Amino acid sequence: MPENTSIVSMLDIHKWFGKVYALRGVDFTVNSGEVVGLVGDNGAGKSTLMKILAGIYPPDEGKIFFEEREIRFSSPKDAMRLGIETIHQDIALVSLMSIARNIFMGRELERQVGFARLLDLGRMREESVKALSDIGLFITDPDTIVENLSGGERQGVAIARAMYFKTKLLILDEPTNNLSVKESARVLQFIKELREQGISSVFITHNLHHVYPVADKIVVLSHGKNMGLFKKEETSIEHIEEMITAA
Amino acid sequence: MNARTLVSNLLQKKEVSVSVILATTILFFFSIQQKFLSNANVDVLLKISPELGIPALGVTMLMIAGEFDLSVGSVFGLAPMFAAVMMEMGINPWLSILLTLMVCCLIGITHGVITVKAAIPSFITTLGGMLIWRGVSLAVTGGLPKYFYMPPEFMNLVVHRVTTFVYMQELWFFAITIIFFIILERHKFGNWMCSTGGKKEAARAMGINTSMVKIVCFMLSSLTAGFGGIIQSTRLSQAMPNQGDGLEFDAIAAAVIGGSSLFGGSGTVIGTVIGEYLSRIIENGLIIIRAPSYYFRLYIGVVIILAVIANLYIQRKAIGVRG
Repeated sequence: MPENTSIVSMLDIHKWFGKVYALRGVDFTVNSGEVVGLVGDNGAGKSTLMKILAGIYPPDEGKIFFEEREIRFSSPKDAMRLGIETIHQDIALVSLMSIARNIFMGRELERQVGFARLLDLGRMREESVKALSDIGLFITDPDTIVENLSGGERQGVAIARAMYFKTKLLILDEPTNNLSVKESARVLQFIKELREQGISSVFITHNLHHVYPVADKIVVLSHGKNMGLFKKEETSIEHIEEMITAA
Repeated sequence: MNARTLVSNLLQKKEVSVSVILATTILFFFSIQQKFLSNANVDVLLKISPELGIPALGVTMLMIAGEFDLSVGSVFGLAPMFAAVMMEMGINPWLSILLTLMVCCLIGITHGVITVKAAIPSFITTLGGMLIWRGVSLAVTGGLPKYFYMPPEFMNLVVHRVTTFVYMQELWFFAITIIFFIILERHKFGNWMCSTGGKKEAARAMGINTSMVKIVCFMLSSLTAGFGGIIQSTRLSQAMPNQGDGLEFDAIAAAVIGGSSLFGGSGTVIGTVIGEYLSRIIENGLIIIRAPSYYFRLYIGVVIILAVIANLYIQRKAIGVRG
């Protein structure tokens, strides 16, 4: 159940890329256990806003609060440490590597062997299978190379990784892009399961029909500005579509 | 699992398919000329392969991290020359070797920092490096070779014949292979290398310092190149300014024949060892069967292409069999 305690809030965020004024004072709030749809046309600033929240870029102006404390990220690692995970569009996983090695990429499990700290591949495999089955994805061989998975399964692996590391807020950048209808349904199911476990998520997309059924609220961006914030009960797909195209 | 899937799974392993090609090549040369497997010839092959194979190991590591090194041949030549100059100046030989290896690391780090910070292709950085370091060797020596007399203790450590078919340089080759294998397959740094070479943005988003990973791999490449050059000079007791000419392509060929990807993200050091022996055997076999010597390069070029095609073919065939 969505509660009204804010997990993250971004206030008056501005970002320039050289002469391009990408974000022009955007506010953005996610409450705990909430699924927020972030929609807007290409170039509206959705991904930029989320990259700031993931610690990839610093904002030029504005404040970010995480669980009521003001924070400043100097790298994606800082954001991950607080429990903000991002599944970036098309770049979440390394396709030539195994599932287990992808899940623990950058956060490998180790054990002491003589005087060296080496990978604990056995535990990485076990934990990977567990992480996958936790989100209802049953893959028995964690040594499977990611390239051999379907698009839906890949998103599943990325989501399982985020879940495994006790994420509080999961940012999904176009998670249903390039997926078949069946695979998209699978990803939407994953997102619903996240909410049931009390994890907040932000779902960036330009496909309203995907986000509308799962989102609690929808934020519309256009040309780097807030165009509106809608509670799902109070709006319809047609209304939001008008907002996006009218701008 | 039936026998067919077992064979298919085995053949999908890059090391296994390239071993099949190696065995076939050995049989081919042996069937034409029995002397190919005579003690004397095998001895020569085992003695000279490691010094050229060690740089290929470093190149493989760098290729897995997604970069190239065209300068290994020049560093292979510069390292012993640098040590020889220091020894001429009266510096202790052991200290000279130590300083030389440190200079090699520095050269690799320089290639890495320039590639990463200036964001230019490593092909260009190390092409420059190839010309610069060769140029330094030539300029310092005026194109003349230098004596490279090392103390017997050093010779024993590096080029000593332990017993039949076992040379110290082979032991070094295998020791470095094992260390690199452990780094690559059993250490988190190997995971970082594969992800940096496989998809840099994904690695970076997971907080991996991809620039650092690349710079370390550039360092390994130059370090192994310099060490290979020192082994060769110790064996021959001289440092030649044109030493290691063309080695960069041999090293890349060995890595690719062994199954490493030219595009980064995937590779194996054991495959490179087999690939290295394969190219040395092709070179040596052509001499043994008395192929006309002016055609050597032509043959080797053709054979390298065929070997890579055969390797991929065997692996694809193996995947097909499984389904």
